[in-house]
Amino acid sequence: MRALEPWMAPPLETFLDDSSARLALLMTSAGQVVAQHGFTRSLDVMGAAALGAGIVASTTEVARLMGSPAFGALVHQGTRQGMFLSGFDTSRGRWIALVVFGPETSVGLVQLFFERLVRDLAAAAPAELPRGPVLAEDFERELNASLHALFGR
Amino acid sequence: MTAGYVEVLERVSAIGGVQGAMLVSASDGLVVAESLMEGVDGRAVAALAAGLAGRLRRTTESAGLGTPRMVQLRAEGGTVLALPTASDLLVVVVARPDANLGLARLEMSDVARRIR
Repeated sequence: MRALEPWMAPPLETFLDDSSARLALLMTSAGQVVAQHGFTRSLDVMGAAALGAGIVASTTEVARLMGSPAFGALVHQGTRQGMFLSGFDTSRGRWIALVVFGPETSVGLVQLFFERLVRDLAAAAPAELPRGPVLAEDFERELNASLHALFGR
Repeated sequence: MTAGYVEVLERVSAIGGVQGAMLVSASDGLVVAESLMEGVDGRAVAALAAGLAGRLRRTTESAGLGTPRMVQLRAEGGTVLALPTASDLLVVVVARPDANLGLARLEMSDVARRIR
């Protein structure tokens, strides 16, 4: 399990233990990964994040066209594994969770413990620090730190 | 269709000491129909009961005993009953310790027969 910031890890670990999910990806609504579990290749993570954010953006737009509030969650149930995709609000803005689960658990359990994950993340989130101007050297350093945190390189 | 399910579940939840009855999708752990008293978290019970029933089914099948006919989980504050049906549904009942569990089991079997 890898997370961009340490406070994200315990709620996600608890969720993974309780739900028995196989893969989990937390990302911003723009598709920037903030934590992941189960992906072994950075390319897979980035692809899944981009696709997940795209799906949520598409369904949000469909909901808007239908005059409905945004859909709560999207579930694809396959024969060997299922996927749960849901947006949720955090103090850092709107995030998206993509969870892949197998027959050893169920969408009901994933959904149940996902609601607790959202509460746990809200409780664990530190107060936002005031942001200074973005400098080129800071950007590169932070990018490298993020890549190291998420992919260990 | 769900209204018909609720009607039969209400007969179970009307038994003294029974706090609620639900039909739960066994593979998904989602509530199909429910008749619950206030304070019973149906979605949580459904998800956890389906997970428990699935694990117990794998256990009894691994032991060569076939599928469980009934799951009865007794806790300090009451009992959870889960009855698998022929159609990937579970009849789940939450009952207080003073509930007439024998009658509840009879009514659960009747629900299972009706939804076949």
